[in-house]
Amino acid sequence: MPSAVPFLHNSTVLGTATPLLKNPRLGLAVALAGAVLLQSCGGWIDPYVTQVILFASINVILAVSLNLVMGETGQFSLCHAAFMAVGAYASALLTGRLLPASFPHLVLTGTSPASQALFLPVLVISGLVAALAGFVVGAPSLRLRGDYLAMVTLGFGEIIRVILQNTNAVGGARGMEGILPVTNLFWAVGTAAVALYTMIALVRSTYGRGFHAVRDDEIAAAAMGINTTKFKVTAFVIGAFFAGVAGALYAHAVEYISPEGFNFLRSFEIIVMVILGGLGRPVGVAVAAILITLLNEWLRDLSQFRMVVYALIIILFMIYRPSEKVATLLHRLMPFGRNDESRTP
Amino acid sequence: MSAAAPLLMVQNCSLRFGGIAALTDVSLQIREGELVGLIGPNGAGKTSLFNVLTGVYRPTEGRILFEGTSLDGLPPHRINNLGMARTFQNIRLFSSLDVRMNVRTSFIARLRNGLVNTVRRGRSFRGDEQKISEEGNRLLAYFKLEEAATHSSRSLSYGDQRRLEIVRALATKPRLLLLDEPAAGMNPTEKEELKRLIGQIRHEFGTAILLVEHDMKVVMGICERLVVLDQGRVISEGAPHEIRADPKVIAAYLGNSGGEETP
Repeated sequence: MPSAVPFLHNSTVLGTATPLLKNPRLGLAVALAGAVLLQSCGGWIDPYVTQVILFASINVILAVSLNLVMGETGQFSLCHAAFMAVGAYASALLTGRLLPASFPHLVLTGTSPASQALFLPVLVISGLVAALAGFVVGAPSLRLRGDYLAMVTLGFGEIIRVILQNTNAVGGARGMEGILPVTNLFWAVGTAAVALYTMIALVRSTYGRGFHAVRDDEIAAAAMGINTTKFKVTAFVIGAFFAGVAGALYAHAVEYISPEGFNFLRSFEIIVMVILGGLGRPVGVAVAAILITLLNEWLRDLSQFRMVVYALIIILFMIYRPSEKVATLLHRLMPFGRNDESRTP
Repeated sequence: MSAAAPLLMVQNCSLRFGGIAALTDVSLQIREGELVGLIGPNGAGKTSLFNVLTGVYRPTEGRILFEGTSLDGLPPHRINNLGMARTFQNIRLFSSLDVRMNVRTSFIARLRNGLVNTVRRGRSFRGDEQKISEEGNRLLAYFKLEEAATHSSRSLSYGDQRRLEIVRALATKPRLLLLDEPAAGMNPTEKEELKRLIGQIRHEFGTAILLVEHDMKVVMGICERLVVLDQGRVISEGAPHEIRADPKVIAAYLGNSGGEETP
């Protein structure tokens, strides 16, 4: 009986696969159009609200990129803020020193066409520098597992911070100031959309299942012909790339960076976003990043009680998982991401 | 023993962990399309031999040739790429993936599209995904798992999980399939089904099989040739009826003085 009907079944399985293959691009196009629209209405948006949107977008990029390493590939990394620092400093050096020195007659201010046009290559180069750092850390240490990897990444994060603190060329502990405010709604929201799209498109493919296979069972993955080290390093490098891009956006949004801004606590905050959003669920993680950004803003007025309330709310978040619920709702509303995971039989 | 060059040749392999000898001077050959049973009492070194063959452990001495290529120092994924796939004694499915995704992971090593094309969702990417999806579904249908295609691999019955592990290994297109106690925990009906399945794999896919199994009914019923391991050594080799009559094998299983010999 069953051998007579397999092709009937094929069609239903493919039926669920088809929207999955086509629609992430549609989602990206909509989000990019939204970013352009947002930027063109930028004048009517309150500057404070604008800043919150910038921070939320940067946190989304950080969280979904760490999610690739922690959530999808199952590797515990404690140095995501360090990759962000590498990107931030690289970009600040590019726009603050290298560009003015090599092209002295360019008008470089936050909104000048030259700096806006050059910002894309700056973002990409900053990301690549961070990705290189990710490769240097990842290639040797990703042969380690679990706790050992956590320790190596913790150490690396501190090394980066201490190096920056003691390098006078980048301001040492004082940091770098007077960075051009190039980051605007278009760059922040657009890059967040690209990051989220990349993560979803990457994981929802035969190739992307390799990350999950490595997370679920490394020995079995290797026995099925998957080069597990290569997959782990790839996840780490892509994660570091987007963390570097986020760092560049951050530097050009707040106009001032210092080594302390990229310490272990910053890494930890990103980890909280990933865990709250549900490990391995990019949309949920993005929602969690937005919620935590908003939480940080709401709690600003509480001054000394801020961390107490923050901790309490995080505990409540952990129990009730609002970001997963919002993500599930979004999955239902949006065309992509349905019928993908094994959760729904 | 035969004119054709063997598919797998194990030559005087030993594996030691400190003072403990897991395998001592093991040699065996498997020809193209052959079905060989590997038996022996608990702790005889059967799984150790599997782990040496698949690159999990490196043999302390000796060498292994697969289709004439030395496997020395190759990591497990390279050995799989050469055409050797395995299942595990304690089932190792990818628990967060559904049944069809478990099978799809086996195609990753042969993907032509890398990272960039995957993210770009190019035409060749879509074509390949379609082909992989179809091939995976065909395999699932062939092994009667298509009903469960979108179920979580954890929700399958024990027998189905073992079957899925075999399908996943077969999807890597192996020349040699190593099955580690596939009948463990199966009921008599499932065991009969398994015997049929192994026969199917040989005839339809032409895959050689090395089978570790405790269930003598299964082993004696389908294997052409048996290799008996005891305390890390090959103590006997031959057709099932010869093995059954071999006093050394009986001694190893029933615990004669044979067990006291120093290694």
